[in-house]
Amino acid sequence: MKRYMKYIKPYKTAFILCPLLMMVEVLGEVVLPSLMANIINKGVIVEAGGVVGNIPEIMKYGGIMIVFILLMAAGGIGGAYFGAKASINFAADLRKDAFDNVQKFSFADIDRFSTGSLVTRLTNDITQVQNLVNMMLRMLLRAPGMLIGAVIMAFWKNAQLALVILVIIPFLIVIIVAVVRTAFPRFQILQEKIDRLNATVREAVTNVRVIKSFVRGDYEQQKFEEANGDLKESSLRAFRVMITTMPLMGLAMNVTTLAVVWFGGKQIIVGDMAVGDLTAFTTYVVQILIALMMSSFIVLQSSRAIASAKRINEIIDCKPDITDDEAASPDAVVTKGEIEFKDVSFRYYKNSEDPVLDKISFKINAGETVGIIGSTGSGKTTLVSMIPRLYDPDEGSVLVDGIDVKDYSLYNLREAVSMVLQKNVLFSGSIMENLKWGDEDASEEEIKEVAAMAQADGFISSFPEGYEMDLGQGGVNVSGGQKQRLCIARALLKKPKILILDDSTSAVDTATEALIRKNFKEFCPETTKIIIAQRISSVMEADKIVVIDDGAVVGLGNHTELMENCEAYREIYYSQMDKEVTA
Amino acid sequence: MDAKTFERLDLKYRKKNEEYMKAHANDMFRGGPGGGRGPAGKIGKPKNAKASIGRLFSYIKHDTWKIVIVLFLVVLSSVTNLVGTYVLKPVVNGLIDKTVTQEKRMENLLLGIASMAVLYAVGIIAQYMYQRIMIGVSQGALERIRNDLFKKVGRLPLKYYDTNDTGDIMSRFTNDVDTVGNMLNNTVISIISGIISLVGTTFLMFYTNWVLAIVTILMTPVMVKAAGAVGKKSRKYYKQQQAALGSLNGYVEETISGQKVVKVFNHERAAGDEFEYLNTDLRNKQLKAQFFGGIMGPVMGNLGQMSYTIVSVVGGLLCVAAQRTKEGILTILPHFDVGGLTIFAGYSRQFSRPINELSMQVTEIFSALAGAERVFDAMDTPPELPDGDAAVAPESLRGEIVLDNVTFGYVPEKTILKNVSFYAKPGQKIALVGSTGAGKTTITNLITRFYDIDDGSITIDGIDIRDFKRDYLRQNIAMVLQDTHLFSGTVRENIRYGRLDATDEEVIEAAKLASAHSFIMRLENGYDTVLEGDGANLSQGQRQLLNIARAAISKAPILILDEATSSVDTRTERHIEHGMDRLMKTRTTIVIAHRLSTVRNANAIIVLENGEIIERGDHDDLLNQKGRYYELYTGKKELD
Repeated sequence: MKRYMKYIKPYKTAFILCPLLMMVEVLGEVVLPSLMANIINKGVIVEAGGVVGNIPEIMKYGGIMIVFILLMAAGGIGGAYFGAKASINFAADLRKDAFDNVQKFSFADIDRFSTGSLVTRLTNDITQVQNLVNMMLRMLLRAPGMLIGAVIMAFWKNAQLALVILVIIPFLIVIIVAVVRTAFPRFQILQEKIDRLNATVREAVTNVRVIKSFVRGDYEQQKFEEANGDLKESSLRAFRVMITTMPLMGLAMNVTTLAVVWFGGKQIIVGDMAVGDLTAFTTYVVQILIALMMSSFIVLQSSRAIASAKRINEIIDCKPDITDDEAASPDAVVTKGEIEFKDVSFRYYKNSEDPVLDKISFKINAGETVGIIGSTGSGKTTLVSMIPRLYDPDEGSVLVDGIDVKDYSLYNLREAVSMVLQKNVLFSGSIMENLKWGDEDASEEEIKEVAAMAQADGFISSFPEGYEMDLGQGGVNVSGGQKQRLCIARALLKKPKILILDDSTSAVDTATEALIRKNFKEFCPETTKIIIAQRISSVMEADKIVVIDDGAVVGLGNHTELMENCEAYREIYYSQMDKEVTA
Repeated sequence: MDAKTFERLDLKYRKKNEEYMKAHANDMFRGGPGGGRGPAGKIGKPKNAKASIGRLFSYIKHDTWKIVIVLFLVVLSSVTNLVGTYVLKPVVNGLIDKTVTQEKRMENLLLGIASMAVLYAVGIIAQYMYQRIMIGVSQGALERIRNDLFKKVGRLPLKYYDTNDTGDIMSRFTNDVDTVGNMLNNTVISIISGIISLVGTTFLMFYTNWVLAIVTILMTPVMVKAAGAVGKKSRKYYKQQQAALGSLNGYVEETISGQKVVKVFNHERAAGDEFEYLNTDLRNKQLKAQFFGGIMGPVMGNLGQMSYTIVSVVGGLLCVAAQRTKEGILTILPHFDVGGLTIFAGYSRQFSRPINELSMQVTEIFSALAGAERVFDAMDTPPELPDGDAAVAPESLRGEIVLDNVTFGYVPEKTILKNVSFYAKPGQKIALVGSTGAGKTTITNLITRFYDIDDGSITIDGIDIRDFKRDYLRQNIAMVLQDTHLFSGTVRENIRYGRLDATDEEVIEAAKLASAHSFIMRLENGYDTVLEGDGANLSQGQRQLLNIARAAISKAPILILDEATSSVDTRTERHIEHGMDRLMKTRTTIVIAHRLSTVRNANAIIVLENGEIIERGDHDDLLNQKGRYYELYTGKKELD
């Protein structure tokens, strides 16, 4: 609860006014029956001076009732307004905080949560919580308020008769608690079954080619029917508890009503009670029932929202495992682009035995072009991601210009490092907008210049709208090779000291790729360039090639040297170059 | 956020929102305001309500006798409710009837309470019984609808899956079936009991006092009008809210998916600004939408109270008048007493409740019918053509494939393949090479009869593939696709998917053949490691190896490899080459590969461009031709 104060405080007026206004509505609801009783008691059944009834009294109480109703309406409408205001602002701030924290996540954090789940948490889960807050504000005080109000009014009217009600309340509470306690876990199971059914459907839809080609339709049908049958059973189990509530409550209330009529009736007969009060009493009994029903409804409804809140808390509570809070020289900037890996080790899972990277050490001089090659899953990407601190090594350190990367501010470090990721992402918007990610203030000439360097200017200019062409979500309007060249241009615009290309020319033809490499050499000789590639031709000309196998550096040198003394390198070379020569 | 940024964002999203509003101009029943239903489910007006209702009924048909009992019980419980309140009248009147003795009054009171108790008991039992039966009926119907839907959708041709979003198909199973479920669960009963209590209350009101009855009923149009006015406003703002929510969710999705790029470019601040803009926009629009959604309750409730008050006052006056008429005034007015007033106040409350409920149910019904329509729509999409009577399933196939002048287009106006002819002898390896969109995958789609050809013929062992039983044909073709698809379940189950009766030894054998055995053994539980959500815990390359193992275990004489090793690095690929060669030796294989090194040893390489074969021959022939293949192989041309 404490954690949420932050989201409540700025809107405390709304948070306080909403329940208060809702109480006005409740107050009216509680008072109305007794006013109605007054119409009967003071207006209808009086005989004064031989005249039956007292019409002014009837009008008076009718008028008071209307005033109360107007107040109630004002309360209800005001409550709706402030409830919406409070819950919407609460949710918006919560969403903002969650989003901001995700922005601070390291790659490892993102991988752990998975992007799909992060999106769900930021959208659906927040909406669930928002609905719960709104409901709580409007109902939470209302339910007990109505309960207490009805009890007080009942006592005020007739204490003796009210005792009957008091007897029934614990009984009702027991019923509700019992129902909620049985229903809650059953609803949770139900939710799991729903998720399982959905997963089965999703799988059947996305894997349809596999299912059809292996002729497994019947097998899938059987799986589905099993999940579906399970879902039905769980639904029945959950709903059967729910449907006992109404009759049980009804029973309790009917018994109360009968008791009220019996005891009240006796009092009326002997003249201890006015007949109008009996009507009011039965109304109070109903109101108490409604109040208790509302409470149980809130509890059950909140189960889903509470699960959502837990998931959001996980995001907000996740301390990003990479921060620059302890940076020793936050003002330092990268000037040269010299890199050194010192005994770097890394594990994906902290308890796994085999490290992905095991004591990697090597040095890259400023302005050098370095190729990194090795089989998939050998940790190449992870290794280079440590330079802009997208991952941190478990052991060892990465130095840039002789300073540990952990000692730079993240901003300064990442400003100096441009990385073209293996999984290229372009955003919806024009080509221009996307390229400007590299530098918001870049001039058109600058942009064209880097595009030319990345061999992208040609195809961009061939589009009718040129640089203003809309890329569509995820860059669907350009081909894979074009996408990669746009991503390279975007990275170049940053004018980095260190440029990392992670398998980012795989869809570019070798001739174009060679031109891009030539441009690098010509136009940014001072930039340190690291190229990860599958294709050996992409790295052959590099000053230095690092061969990584099974998490260790197994070869370091230029192409000629490696051909001579590195078995793994030769194997890769021959697997790509010449079928006849076997390794 | 500075003013410039704000202006830029404002321009961008205002246009987007306008487009959304235009596109959704006709969605009247897009969920309830403030409801938990996300923007996923498209809910429109039902087009053919009558037919949908009829079909829904067909799902509960064999529970007819249960439904009859339910109806009877609903009527019973509603009637006992009404009568229960009515019985109160003589009881209350009896209490103040000064004409009888106290003892007699006590006796009457006891009698009244006893009869009320009986009525209540009957009502409660009836209510519980019908709910219990109805839940069984509705859940059973939902189960049947889902099973039916799954069965029908499973038989739909691939075209359906290729032209509909996964999300859209999914929402038919979830959102749409759910709305139907809600209706079956609650709506029908609510409507029946609502109508009964409305009619019953109206009758009792008129029976008790026609003047007050008219007063109460006069309030109805006011309430309906108010509900309509608030509802209209709320729908308008609700739509705006959905548009803003859609923009925000879209942005979150894109930014989070591209989060790694955001980081690399130090773009967190800019992303935060854009998010803030959208978040604020949503905040403002939500406030209006939720407010108008939220006042529906208080407005309607208090109109109900108003009617209750007016009834009390007018009723009170009538009582007084009635008492005075005993002295000869106002004889035209109906006889009225305190007991009558007491129960009438109750009626006026009972009267407004079903009106509220029924007006809400109308929305429910519309969205449920729209949902039902979408469900039935999917069910009614024509399935794959059934096998002809003469369809054959020979003992075994050798795997000789011949394509003769095959012409095909996914849509009639656009031909994808033009007069494609080639053959593969049993055991041969044929490679298809060409840029994206050249028609390579289309050819595999045709051989498996995922799609049927427009012109020409495809034969296997000399038999036209359309003359085979479809299942038989597919059982004889094993496929490995570029998009690796795994099922949640263990690694073993996933491999065994290729042949359900394979032994554990055969599973391991297949894994070894695909070079998957060693990494499987390194997984937490080896072959019993459970893969969650399409094997997200494996690398793409590992998933491809599992897919190969799955195909390897199948004994099909024809193997199709569509970019089967695209994510496996060249060295590993080399390692599995031996196994792959063994696999292909006994099978006719069609290989599609981006990486040309993998197709060099094919018996024939077919180069496709724009749906036509432009070159064919083996590796050396094609290199010597110095044509397209040569350009591709030497990297002079982009393969994309």
